[in-house]
Amino acid sequence: MADAARIRIETDKLTALYGKFTAVKGVSLRFAANQVHALIGPSGCGKSTFLRTLNRMHELSEGGWITGRVLLDGEDVYASSVSPMQLRRRVGMVFQRPTPFPTMTIYENVAAGLRLDRRVSRAELDDVVERALRGAALWDEVKDRLRASAMGLSGGQQQRLCIARTIAPAPEVILLDEPTASLDPLGTQRIEELLFQLKREYTIVIVTHNMQQAARVSDTTTFFYMGEMVETGLTREIFTAPAHEQTEAYITGRFG
Amino acid sequence: MSALGRRRVRSGIMTGLTVLAVVVAVAPLLFILGDLVAKGIGNLSPAFFTRLPAPAGETGGGVAHAIVGTLLMVGTACLIGLPVGILAGIYCAEYRDSRLAWAVRFVADVLNGTPSIVVGVFAWTWIVASQQHFSGFAGSVALAILMVPMVTRTTEEMVLLVPHSLREAALALGYPRWRTSLLIVARTNAPGIVTGALLAVARVAGETAPLLFTALGSQYMVTSLREPMAALPLTVYTYATGPYEEWHRYAWAAALVLILVVFALSLGARLALRRSSAFRG
Repeated sequence: MADAARIRIETDKLTALYGKFTAVKGVSLRFAANQVHALIGPSGCGKSTFLRTLNRMHELSEGGWITGRVLLDGEDVYASSVSPMQLRRRVGMVFQRPTPFPTMTIYENVAAGLRLDRRVSRAELDDVVERALRGAALWDEVKDRLRASAMGLSGGQQQRLCIARTIAPAPEVILLDEPTASLDPLGTQRIEELLFQLKREYTIVIVTHNMQQAARVSDTTTFFYMGEMVETGLTREIFTAPAHEQTEAYITGRFG
Repeated sequence: MSALGRRRVRSGIMTGLTVLAVVVAVAPLLFILGDLVAKGIGNLSPAFFTRLPAPAGETGGGVAHAIVGTLLMVGTACLIGLPVGILAGIYCAEYRDSRLAWAVRFVADVLNGTPSIVVGVFAWTWIVASQQHFSGFAGSVALAILMVPMVTRTTEEMVLLVPHSLREAALALGYPRWRTSLLIVARTNAPGIVTGALLAVARVAGETAPLLFTALGSQYMVTSLREPMAALPLTVYTYATGPYEEWHRYAWAAALVLILVVFALSLGARLALRRSSAFRG
């Protein structure tokens, strides 16, 4: 799979647990840079938990812990020298439901992640906010109301605002956890189009329930079932000639 | 009678009973307010708000000293009690299952149920007895102790109303935990927290018992918290139990002023809460 591309994220026998319950079992995967990687599988298969181990959000869930390793550019993100806060600035995340900060304006939302570790001048802030909003294909719709509350935006706009907020601090990787699950078809289409733009600059890992979506947007697809990684490969191969019976059964809609 | 008909009758009876319960619940408030207004309003005059008490037997005095005393003591109690209560409440909500949060919650509940006079006695032994004199500051401390548990519990409830997804979104952006708690979670329901704080202020503004042992009361305009100080509830108490007809009329008027202050604070709290719907989208 895409041998030429540089590996951005690699997991090595990654097991994720909630207390004694194992949600992800010994998954070893590699994600090449500047590609869209889709994680598919039925509800409760561990794909979201797996995603949340990549930016160490899993350990904030009750009882969440892992064994194994996650490497970002070859560096173990669970090493004691790595601060989870720093890591999350390099590995951004967009959630299933749009989560704009209600007390902040559109502008402040996009700028929310920027002033955490250093001072940023007003001019630079303006510049980064505009670029992030353009990057999230939202600029034209909100440029005249940057000082308005983010809660006045539609669901799809709010989700693109969250993408802008995520890309503003210039992460290397963007994790998306079913980002279109709460959107209408038009909002979904805009996000999917956006992914093609974003992968030029970022490495994208997207969890999706929607197999057509995985087929449309991703370069590689990984199928999870019961916490295990069943199959991974180029999307067009997974969807046309899956190696495993279970994968075929799932993508043809026989279960899940 | 048809099943539907019986259901309608039963529904009518239940509705009637609930309306009756509402009337019973609200009636005392209306009677008290009505009585206060009827007996107090005739004695209210600009002089009542600006003058000091007239010597016994004379007319035309006011309760300016008590209004100032209440404002000073309640204000100081807020400075001491609100930061403690609000931060403790945020802690309890953000670290729900920690042992310390359980302990804080338990202590707050016990304190909430403690008669205010006990808190007054505590402040007396702690401050008045050790300093050898009554003071407005001792009164403020007593009121602050009463405020903390109330504010802790309401703040916790208000912070818990904020959706967990916002907390996750901030953490995923690389926010440290404390910044997430204060700048995102608590700020999102700040109007709710303010409401809880205002209700606590309204509660302690009317407290009499803890001030009897601490601020004591005074006939003079006192602005130093180191000295015994007057307060509206104390004034009501002193005048109402005094022997003069004139004093009784003052007591009614002072009680009316006190209840108007409390009423204004509660109303402010409701208005603040109404604007707090921001995070419900």
